[in-house]
Amino acid sequence: MKKRIPALLLAAVLLLTLTACGEGGNKPTSATKPSTGADARKEANEIYVGIAQDLSSSLGPYQLSTAGTREVMFNVFEGLYKADRTGDFKPALATGYTVSDDGLTYTFTLREGVKFHNGAVMTAQDVIYSYNTCASSSVDSSIKKILENVTGIKEDGGKVVMTLAQPNSDFIAYVGSVYISPAAYTDQDTQPVGTGPFKFESRTVQDNIVLSRFDDYWGDKAGLSKVTFKIFENATALVTALDAGALDLVAHLSISQVGGLSKDYQVLEGSMNLVQALYLNHEVTPLNDIRVRRALCYAVDVDAMLTLTAEGHGHKLGSSIYPSFQKYFDESLVNAYPHDEAKAKELLAAAGYANGFDLTITVPGNYTPHVDTAMVLAEQLKAVGIRATVQEVEWNTWLTDVYQGHKFQATVCGFDASTLTAAALLGRYESTSSKNMCSYKSVQFDAFMQEAASITDDARRTELYKAAAKCLSDDAVNVYLQDLADFVAIRSTLKGYEFYPIYVMDLSKVTY
Amino acid sequence: MNFVLKKLGTLLLTLLILSFVAYAAFEMVGDPVNQILGTNASPEDVAALRESLGLNKPLLVRYLRWLTGFISGDLGDSYIYRIPVSGMIGDKLGVTVFLTLMGFALTLLFSVPLGVYGARREGSWADRLLTVVNQIVMAVPAFFVAILLMVLFGVVLRLFTPGSFVPFEESPGAFLLYMIFPALSIAVPRTAMTAKMLRSSILGEMQQDYVRTAYSRGHNRQSALKAHAFKNALLPVISFMASTMAEMLAGCIVIEQIFSIPGIGRLLMVSISNRDIPVVEAIVMILAVWVMLVHFLGEVVGEMLDPRRRA
Repeated sequence: MKKRIPALLLAAVLLLTLTACGEGGNKPTSATKPSTGADARKEANEIYVGIAQDLSSSLGPYQLSTAGTREVMFNVFEGLYKADRTGDFKPALATGYTVSDDGLTYTFTLREGVKFHNGAVMTAQDVIYSYNTCASSSVDSSIKKILENVTGIKEDGGKVVMTLAQPNSDFIAYVGSVYISPAAYTDQDTQPVGTGPFKFESRTVQDNIVLSRFDDYWGDKAGLSKVTFKIFENATALVTALDAGALDLVAHLSISQVGGLSKDYQVLEGSMNLVQALYLNHEVTPLNDIRVRRALCYAVDVDAMLTLTAEGHGHKLGSSIYPSFQKYFDESLVNAYPHDEAKAKELLAAAGYANGFDLTITVPGNYTPHVDTAMVLAEQLKAVGIRATVQEVEWNTWLTDVYQGHKFQATVCGFDASTLTAAALLGRYESTSSKNMCSYKSVQFDAFMQEAASITDDARRTELYKAAAKCLSDDAVNVYLQDLADFVAIRSTLKGYEFYPIYVMDLSKVTY
Repeated sequence: MNFVLKKLGTLLLTLLILSFVAYAAFEMVGDPVNQILGTNASPEDVAALRESLGLNKPLLVRYLRWLTGFISGDLGDSYIYRIPVSGMIGDKLGVTVFLTLMGFALTLLFSVPLGVYGARREGSWADRLLTVVNQIVMAVPAFFVAILLMVLFGVVLRLFTPGSFVPFEESPGAFLLYMIFPALSIAVPRTAMTAKMLRSSILGEMQQDYVRTAYSRGHNRQSALKAHAFKNALLPVISFMASTMAEMLAGCIVIEQIFSIPGIGRLLMVSISNRDIPVVEAIVMILAVWVMLVHFLGEVVGEMLDPRRRA
């Protein structure tokens, strides 16, 4: 009897394992096609979207602190105006607006019968509440700054009237970022309620977020019934899940990640809408010398870098504006510093660094494209005698030491625009900005920016922003590289995916 | 009894020291506020959040507050998600423990027969082949086995779909099917080690005097092994199994990443990079308790089997 117990146990474990295996063995053979659930999802008109990180702790409309969160919640929240894929702002919860001649009073006509996801009908009071709440609690300091400029907001016969202290012709762009929330609704952090084409269903922290079609949407209803965002922090696991058919859509992939995908997927190419550059700290020698910074610009061969890191995909920049932001993008800056090693050496010699110098490039190690770019740059700089080493740090360390502490010489990273305004990209170079990581100080630049912020004439304003962007190029503030190519893998049976000039993922037009 | 009390005291003291070291270590590598607010926040927002998380209190004060909470069963709130840590860990712990136990069961299932077979057929070609294979498998880390299994069974043979974990409550069958492969990946290297150990332990016992006595009483090699040597040969293997059990839980940290299983290993990794110190602390403590408990059990079982150690 004694001897039998281990034998019985062993048999039990064996049986358990075999039944489990048996189940696995039967499934694929009984179905002619591999069972990945893709057909079931098509049947149910739903998709699984793979994302690389969890959303912010709060999903509330004014707490969207990361680009990854804004991207998803774009489907849930809307402002009075909304960006379309060309970057124009189209009426959304407002049907139109008028602006007074002095540019100080905006009167918005609200769309009638707009329903929130909780069933309430949107009123002027909701709009006023939203603007006040956003002004006091937004995590985006640039939106907060714009709303400080709004001195009064009131209802006038169903319309909403906003009074500005200073005219600002970018105002509508910011209006697009102030999402409208039902007044006095307090559960936005965990149960977000907006007016968008999708409504929030559920969230399992670090696992998934589920959205479903909002059937009472005021505009064209979404094509899909349900979208599940699944979180894969591990890039290899994400690509394997895609390969195996567990996901229907994944954005922000690199050329190597989409290279081996099966025919079940089509690959779309857009751009990340990021300004990737070798950012330089103007507080340290020798980078405080404009000749050295220009030498760096000449020494770097951006085309060769694109070929090496992304098989030639990506868009060259020239300044802190990316190409899909057509209104402000200045094509002529792209080749301001053509690759010229002789010129670079000449400039270095003039600055007293004929024998080069040591340079440490600090990169956030979790962003592979930036690390790859830094590696190539280090090689290229060797040709002109600059001995560059790449130091990978963790994202949090990067934020604390580099971004806030300014403890770096050079770094490769990418900045996005939180709103579709030139100020969102250029504002960080104003000498007073807390986001001025490079410590760039230019009276000329500041003057352009300040004038642009205070006038109503849109043409003149555009000119000023372009002039400010040119300052960044002339002063060789950074070595501007590229807006990275953004590859989206989407199941071939799906259609309607569109790229935007900001970091969003619009799923409302995606259909089977 | 005295022995057990002494052991318990050591256990608590170790846990206390460990909790402080873990707490202080994460404190030193940066604070979570930047991570939470991102690159568009103003310095005032940063200061306000630091205040509301209590991060401007001295380290020792925060540690003691956390410790008293922990002892009374309150694991605190996550910095990042502002929800109770216990809720975040809850189901995930079950998944990880299941994975560990399944890996352990698979290890037992394969290593014991393999070890015994190798010892019985010592020197045969099969034994030699086993030794070589064992040596190779032992050298391969679990995460590599995991990737191989995933590509082979997931992408090529499509026996399961990587990245489509199904919770037990939803479908026990699908859950079990998905868990087999990660469990195998942690089991394979350990099976090789255990089999090798059992084999040499049995062979060692077979040299002992009592086995010669057994021969003289008419036993042949097979029956002497079965009746006498096997049980004694198990003793060192059992303490090795205890460390296997501990190591497997730690191994889950990597395996969960690869197979995208929502267990505490994956939670730990994410929480470390998020600077979500309360979650990290709680998981580190759970791992520590597990490791110590398993070793304690290993000792108890060892004593039960070996009367000599009871003294």
